Amino acid sequence: MLPDIVENNSITVQSEPTWRVIYDFTGLTRWIDMSLHNAMSPFWTTVTEMLIIGVLILVFYAIVGLFLVYAERKVCAFMQNRLGPNRVGPFGIFQTIADLIKLLFVELIPISNADKFLFNLAPFIVIIASFMAIAAIPFALGLHAIDLNIGILYVIAVSSMGVIGVLLAGWSSNNKYSLIGAIRSGAQIVSYELSVGLALITVVILAGSMQLSVIVESQREGWFIFRGHIPAFIAFIIYLISSTAETNRGPFDLAEAESELTAVYDTEYSGIKFAFFFLAEYMNMFIVASIAATVFLGGWMPFHVASWDGFNHVMDFIPPFIWYLGKTAFVIFMMMWFKWTFPRLRIDQLLTLEWKYLLPVNLVNVLIMAFIVLMGWHF
Amino acid sequence: MRSIINYLSEIVSGVWSLMKGMKVTGSYFFRPGTIVTQKYPNNRKDLVMFDRFKGEVIMPHNENNEHKCTGCGICEINCPNGTIEVISKTIVTEDGKKKRVIDKHIYRLGMCTFCALCVKTCPSNALAFSQKFEHAVFNRELLIKQLNKPGSQIMKGVE
Repeated sequence: MLPDIVENNSITVQSEPTWRVIYDFTGLTRWIDMSLHNAMSPFWTTVTEMLIIGVLILVFYAIVGLFLVYAERKVCAFMQNRLGPNRVGPFGIFQTIADLIKLLFVELIPISNADKFLFNLAPFIVIIASFMAIAAIPFALGLHAIDLNIGILYVIAVSSMGVIGVLLAGWSSNNKYSLIGAIRSGAQIVSYELSVGLALITVVILAGSMQLSVIVESQREGWFIFRGHIPAFIAFIIYLISSTAETNRGPFDLAEAESELTAVYDTEYSGIKFAFFFLAEYMNMFIVASIAATVFLGGWMPFHVASWDGFNHVMDFIPPFIWYLGKTAFVIFMMMWFKWTFPRLRIDQLLTLEWKYLLPVNLVNVLIMAFIVLMGWHF
Repeated sequence: MRSIINYLSEIVSGVWSLMKGMKVTGSYFFRPGTIVTQKYPNNRKDLVMFDRFKGEVIMPHNENNEHKCTGCGICEINCPNGTIEVISKTIVTEDGKKKRVIDKHIYRLGMCTFCALCVKTCPSNALAFSQKFEHAVFNRELLIKQLNKPGSQIMKGVE
């Protein structure tokens, strides 16, 4: 369960700058591991560690979900010259908590002729998919639940599992709108998964590794979006577009078309099950944003400009966790900006955009990036 | 070759038009001064409605409790849904002439559609719109209003 970043990069250990020592969580996690090992057998140590991490991620999940719903409503309101929630608490910050309490008390309505088992299973599949993805994300130096050597592949694989939950929800609801929406959602995610993968491959070529900690570590001297010249920038844009589509957010919210299909696969769900879908949607947004931040914007690495030592020192003393959260918030803001600006696409326009524009551009982009890396033209 | 150039220029112009849209929404986001929402019940004290707002029909009276209504009944004829009822009476003036004056000007707020036909067509400009808009009451009877104040008289010089 413990990260072993330090071992992976043992060459750089000698010249660690002070900020890395101050803000390193590796010592803390190792100490917890040691004291648990002293107290109980290795099996129970592993179980306890998994429980601790599970609870921590659960708490983080709930807080981030609540905050993102609030942030979305506020950002949307400001872009439409409105105030947004402003009644519950100062600036309405407790609005989402009030909404959550209300949702918890809502009756769970049984649907006649629905497939009971699949109907109840679907929200859990959606939420487990986003849960598994969050485990592989490096939050800060040493705050990293699993550091797989195929981290990016794992994240793509696991996060696209959520579509199974959506399809099941649509199928088991015994409702034509739900089914149409779920099939739309399937077509959309299958198409856009390709662009997400290719955009990330562009960076994997540059980094030479799929391990997320190594990717972050190799952005020490400059983020990939700057180091990879234009191809990295194009890949970032394509990643933003296709990941917005992958999370079923506007302008690609065909799977949730309130106007024509009555909120599609959510239609028959109520109460806490609906809250699960809602939360998973926002958490998927958070996950794709943090992948974008990790892969393109340097994860928890501070912003460095070569040979500006004073500036670099100031940047170093902002904790890595804050850097990570700031970059993720930036990407999330971009996605919200997209949602509340662009008009919605029709289903054929959606597939045209993917197969006729994003995919060819992406393939050429990967080729250019490979050429640049081959010639050593990157920074 | 032409088709490739078309393809690329389509992408560039598409991105350019999307950027224009983002510029508009982004400029709204970063300028909170452009917010038009008002926190209504909180700003009740200093809430000023705009001049042309149609709150309800009133009959302005001056400080001597005098109005301009001659009781001609044009507002009653013009009202499309029978909101207004003018009840007039005949009095004898000092110089012995008979004259028709208004007894009651009944205005049923609950039936009014605020079309302003009464206010526009009044020959002596006796009617106007107020800016009061909080009309909720607990009894439907309270929506039937008498516009001329009790004991009021017609203004001198208005015939």
